[in-house]
Amino acid sequence: MGTWIMAGVTFREAARKKILWTALIAGAGFLLVFGAGLHVQIEDFRTNAVPPFLRYQIVSAMLMVGLYTVDLLAVVMTTLTSVDTIAGEITSGTIQAIATKPLARWQILIGKWIGFSGMIAVYVGIMFGGTIAEGYWIGGVMAEHPVRGALLIFLECMVALSVSFLFGTWFSTLTNGVIVLGLLGLAFMGGWLEQMSGFTEGSRLATVGIVSSLLMPSEAIWRRAAFEMESPLAGSLQFSPFADVSVPNFNMIAYAVVYLLVALGIAVYNFYDRDL
Amino acid sequence: MRKVFGDKVAVRDLSLEVPRGEIFGFLGPNGAGKSTSIKMLLGLAKPTSGEAFVLGKAAGDVEVRRRIGFLPENFRFYEWLTAAELLHLHGRLSGVPEIKLRDRVPEFIERVGLTAHREKRLQDFSKGMLQRIGLAQALIHEPDLIFLDEPTSGLDPMGRRLVRDIIRAQRDRGATVFLNSHLLSEIEITCDQVVFIREGEVVTSRDMREQEEEVRIEVRARKLTQECVAGLAKWGAAFKTDEERVTITTPSRDALPHLLRHLVAAGADVYEFTPQRMSLEELFLSIMGEDRGL
Repeated sequence: MGTWIMAGVTFREAARKKILWTALIAGAGFLLVFGAGLHVQIEDFRTNAVPPFLRYQIVSAMLMVGLYTVDLLAVVMTTLTSVDTIAGEITSGTIQAIATKPLARWQILIGKWIGFSGMIAVYVGIMFGGTIAEGYWIGGVMAEHPVRGALLIFLECMVALSVSFLFGTWFSTLTNGVIVLGLLGLAFMGGWLEQMSGFTEGSRLATVGIVSSLLMPSEAIWRRAAFEMESPLAGSLQFSPFADVSVPNFNMIAYAVVYLLVALGIAVYNFYDRDL
Repeated sequence: MRKVFGDKVAVRDLSLEVPRGEIFGFLGPNGAGKSTSIKMLLGLAKPTSGEAFVLGKAAGDVEVRRRIGFLPENFRFYEWLTAAELLHLHGRLSGVPEIKLRDRVPEFIERVGLTAHREKRLQDFSKGMLQRIGLAQALIHEPDLIFLDEPTSGLDPMGRRLVRDIIRAQRDRGATVFLNSHLLSEIEITCDQVVFIREGEVVTSRDMREQEEEVRIEVRARKLTQECVAGLAKWGAAFKTDEERVTITTPSRDALPHLLRHLVAAGADVYEFTPQRMSLEELFLSIMGEDRGL
């Protein structure tokens, strides 16, 4: 019961503090620009005689760029909104009035985690759905496996959320933010190095990328999502930066799930064990 | 209980027993370990060594917390909540059924004098208003034991009186109140019993009902002989402050006529004989000594 009360209050906090609304308004701006770009491109195709095959490649690549932007926005929003929730409430003493109520500490932490998950699910659903819808209605292209893609992007956000909770039980808000964004940056770089290794067939570069992904698997999840969403033809032609030249396998996704659960488990233990 | 942070001993060796159904004052200078002690009793902090039992169970027990209310020092909560929403949330977290909260929320808002502000968000509340709503959240589930950490800081005199009345009402319904405050005048008129702690140890305790009996008498008289002053020791501690003045501290008011008779019988010409009750502040200073810096 206490877990669901905490989840509810965390979700309501996002709505009341206008975090979700601000993010959605910014997201609407992104969808507007993305839709306008697609529209202009389609108009250009009509005036210039572009072969249908090339048209398809260009619009597919634009859709993948749009989805990649959604992925980045979702992960950054997850980090920025959650980085203060545990660390900030410990520093301000707000947590004391909750932690003295008859609920276990894990219920507080897991309740907050569920609340944030719900908020992020709404955000990803709207942003991802909007981008896919624009790609289909304006550009005439559809992602290959959109549901798998959306779920993987959501998983990536959950990994970032759990890491943010983990370090939030140890460090102050600012330090937590620096650590989580640093790890996301590391994963970003590692992911692209691994992708480059696919183009150049450099095994040592791939190793650097894999190690980075093991430290923070967020970008690896995105590359799997990209593989699931991009059409097999576009992916295999190595036309776009998201070509399937180095695709994380199922083991990496399973690793990301275990990573998330371990991070959350350590966060629960830290929160249980520490003085408030 | 003992609590150590790194090489700093916050609570050295705290040992105390709090009787049920009383208002218990917890006094000490800044840095004496009061807040850390309260945190350990509430399960917010773990003792480095030792243990505490609250309402018969280990401190921090989840089920016992259902029977505990707590107002932290400088109460702060989600600023986007209204006063009514805050009480509703804390009531639910404390396990109060929804149907009871419908009546209790407006009732407790009224009790702390915030009815006109019940739909106002906490971000628009003053410090005193936050203290009031913080007190209401500590009481919404009608706990058996209430920890109040500086409940009157930030309150005006009317607010202090209101809080005092609420604390007494809690005792009258059978609850125990554990009160930590720097406002000794408040403690003095509210508490049944107090303990003084310094460097995380109990220095002494006082029953405030007996404290009301203790009297200090300022005497101004001529012809005060050494024998006369020495004879006063029979009723309490007496010392001469100058040639014509003597101060006597006696545990009971019953000694007053005997003291006066003794002075006159010893040949002293008494010009003033002024009984004064020793204030808690004087007692505090006499126990804790002068400010030695933090």
